[in-house]
Amino acid sequence: MRTVIFRTIAPYLSALMVLYSIFVLLRGHNEPGGGFIGGLIAASALAIFGIACGVASVRRAMKIHPMSLAGFGLFIGTLSAIPALFQKQAFMTSQWLEFRFFDVDVALSTPLVFDIGVYFVVVGAIGSIALALEERESD
Amino acid sequence: MTQAVIDTTILAVLAPFLAAVLAPFATRLLKHNAAWPLALIPAWIFLHFTGFIGPVSDGETFVASRSWAPSYGINFSFYVDGLSMVFALLISGIGTFIILYAGGYLKGHPQQGRFFSFLFLFMGAMLGLVLGNNLITLFVFWELTSITSFLLIGFGHLRAASRRAAIQALVVTGGGGLALLAGFILIISTTGQIEMSVLLQSPDILRDNPLFVPIFLLILGGAFTKSAQFPFHFWLPNAMEAPTPVSAFLHSATMVKAGVYLLMRVHPLFGGTELWTTVLPIFGGATLLVGTILAVRQTDLKLMLAYTTVASLGLLVMLIGTSYERALEGAVAYLIAHSLFKGALFMVAGTIDHEAGTRDVTKLGGLRGAMPITFAAACLAALSMSGLPPFFGFIAKEVLYYGTWGAPNAAMALTVTAVVGNSLMLVIAAAVALKPFLGPKVETPKHAHEGPILLYAGPVVLSVGGLVMALTTTASGDLFVGPMLSSLAGERTTVDLPLIPAYINAPLILSIITVALGIALYTQIDRLRAAIAGVLTAIGWGPDKGFDQFVAAIVSGSTAFTRVVQNGKMQTYMILTFLATAVAVLAPGYLADAWPAMPRWPDYAFYEWGIFLIAVLGLIAVLIAKTRLTAIVSLGIQGFAVAVIFMLFGAPDLAFTQLMVETLSVVILALVMTRLNLMPRDHRSTGAAITTGAISFAVGLGLTLTLIAITQQPFDRTLSDFFTEYSRSIAHGRNIVNVILVDFRGIDTLGEIAVVTLAGLCVLALIRVRAPSLKRKEPEPVSKPEVKQMEAA
Repeated sequence: MRTVIFRTIAPYLSALMVLYSIFVLLRGHNEPGGGFIGGLIAASALAIFGIACGVASVRRAMKIHPMSLAGFGLFIGTLSAIPALFQKQAFMTSQWLEFRFFDVDVALSTPLVFDIGVYFVVVGAIGSIALALEERESD
Repeated sequence: MTQAVIDTTILAVLAPFLAAVLAPFATRLLKHNAAWPLALIPAWIFLHFTGFIGPVSDGETFVASRSWAPSYGINFSFYVDGLSMVFALLISGIGTFIILYAGGYLKGHPQQGRFFSFLFLFMGAMLGLVLGNNLITLFVFWELTSITSFLLIGFGHLRAASRRAAIQALVVTGGGGLALLAGFILIISTTGQIEMSVLLQSPDILRDNPLFVPIFLLILGGAFTKSAQFPFHFWLPNAMEAPTPVSAFLHSATMVKAGVYLLMRVHPLFGGTELWTTVLPIFGGATLLVGTILAVRQTDLKLMLAYTTVASLGLLVMLIGTSYERALEGAVAYLIAHSLFKGALFMVAGTIDHEAGTRDVTKLGGLRGAMPITFAAACLAALSMSGLPPFFGFIAKEVLYYGTWGAPNAAMALTVTAVVGNSLMLVIAAAVALKPFLGPKVETPKHAHEGPILLYAGPVVLSVGGLVMALTTTASGDLFVGPMLSSLAGERTTVDLPLIPAYINAPLILSIITVALGIALYTQIDRLRAAIAGVLTAIGWGPDKGFDQFVAAIVSGSTAFTRVVQNGKMQTYMILTFLATAVAVLAPGYLADAWPAMPRWPDYAFYEWGIFLIAVLGLIAVLIAKTRLTAIVSLGIQGFAVAVIFMLFGAPDLAFTQLMVETLSVVILALVMTRLNLMPRDHRSTGAAITTGAISFAVGLGLTLTLIAITQQPFDRTLSDFFTEYSRSIAHGRNIVNVILVDFRGIDTLGEIAVVTLAGLCVLALIRVRAPSLKRKEPEPVSKPEVKQMEAA
């Protein structure tokens, strides 16, 4: 599978896919998209990069183990449920922070943090499975 | 007494748990001398309960309670009467000296702090057990004693024998605990009462109960396993693997007496019934005889004592089983005497082991000069155990002979059993207390000398206690035996314990016979030991061996079961899973005869039909594919077509997800398949192909019919309307699917991402496990002959 064309294009393709996955993640609340789909796209990006250039270069590029990403995602996902407790509301009730930033309406919220958590869990878990399976191919 | 003092009882029960937390830190700071400050805690508990002696001997009872789970009627409630007070005094009093003794015995042991912790945990559990008033509270502490004794017995966990003994004790007593729980639940559900003190106020509450027999048997199951009654006695001697402080504590006044405590506690409820007076004396008597006979056979000091503990427990159960007041009085007096002399003797045995390096009675002798204090304590305790005057053991024995002699049923059998048992106990007492100390000096592994005060404080105080209680016999009777007997009898009772028999009566003659028989047997102890050993070898089987066979049977049984259910063949798993699915989707329609109506032929546009056609073509390609890889890719075609269908019918989110899932599925499946040592083609016999084909068809048909049936139901718009209405206004989002995922049903998603993370970890672990074995196989490319062999296999 490691053709020259694939190997040359894969890094750009993967970079674009990761970028796109973040875009999909952030627009999710109002348009089709969200953390789960975004995470799947990013995991595919990792898989493609791994198939083309070898798992070692993916791991080098990522710096941290993908499973740690999943753990991080689960952590901030759980964390996003806590602020409601300080407002004496039910666990996981959404909290919103809306303000104008350079003439743009910005809405930050705990569901957004939660969705980012979902994104990381999916990237981490699926990505590490795919990478581990590819790794054995290169053994 | 003020309510504040009574409520302090709750604190007293919890104090050992606090001490368990402090113990490791104190031990790190003070080394073995931490025993001194730590022993203050049980000493304080002892003092607290001495405050109850006066009022309780006047017939008062006390309840201290805090609500725990009030909706279920479960309270953290404790009941102080004669029975629980005497037990609490014994536990905390002996516990104080056990802590000191543990300080000396395990001096310099790297895990001494942990050992103190375990001892305190056990002490707290035991106090909670004997004081527990709420049945559920009582049960919780009951189980806690099983768990903490597991920790104590398995303290030397590096030795296999120690681990086995710990597991054995946990299995036997824990199993009995489950029976007890079932019994308690039956009591609660049939009477509606959960507090022991309330149950005891109406003693007839259970007698007319239709479930009396099962309740009785379940409670007995708990008591008999805990108190090591034959045939459950085997765990107790094995528990001697524990360090001696544990044996001295668990097997004198606490753990093994818990079952006796329970029988005494429920005596007003069950006592006197035909079942009670039949079952208990038989099992108790058998345990007494078996215990003493096995004790004579032993040469290990601790094992000899352990088997006499079994015997004493049997004697107690036998006496309680008569439900005759004088016999009960004997049981109460003997229980107190036994706690004192057995605790002292165990500590003596431990001291000998600690100082001389062995506790094999045949390798010991002439230690009286080296260890005079220990020798004195051993003699005092052994005299009490032998039932000789002027010790409390003598008084107890007089009363219990009075009880068996005058018992309403089978008095002769009971008396003979008691006499034989007691004379053999005298033999053991003499062997333990005299043999290591008298006679010519024998070379021991260590140069023996007197232990430090930490080691002899306990034996001295406990053995002298047996003497003092006898000399102040009137006070002992009024303050301890009388109130405790009142709890058993269910009414206020006073006792009269004579130190010196006023006239020659049956008990005195029986005592003389016992002593004479005992001395006669002691002179023949070596011959006796050999004879019993010969008989046991001839039998060759015992409950201890039975336990191993039982465990082995469970293991082999579950292995066989696993081999059938989990045979490691993916095909079997898949066939079973899909077979179950087929039944699940087809059975409701078949049973209710509710098949959906034939659906109307839909009028879709030509391009929609085109997509359907692509999906079908993808499926056909899967079926006729020559290699596995082609089949996987073809499955992808079908999946993408389904994604497009979602898109066309207005579910962009679903389509998006389906597209990504399909992509990743194909990638991961392809990776897995190329990694497995599989044939590129899927070979299957025609028979297998027909079977799997039929199952697949059944599942497909069932799902299709289910879906058609669902779409033919009127569509309930409640949820759709709710989400449409509120996703913008409450959750500030236009994408309803996403809003449901991260907001409305956020906790579901939280659970799901936790599952995804765990699944990822598990898959990772699985891949790692498989990797080395594959590596070993892979270095050489698979050659043709090997392929043939694999096909043949």
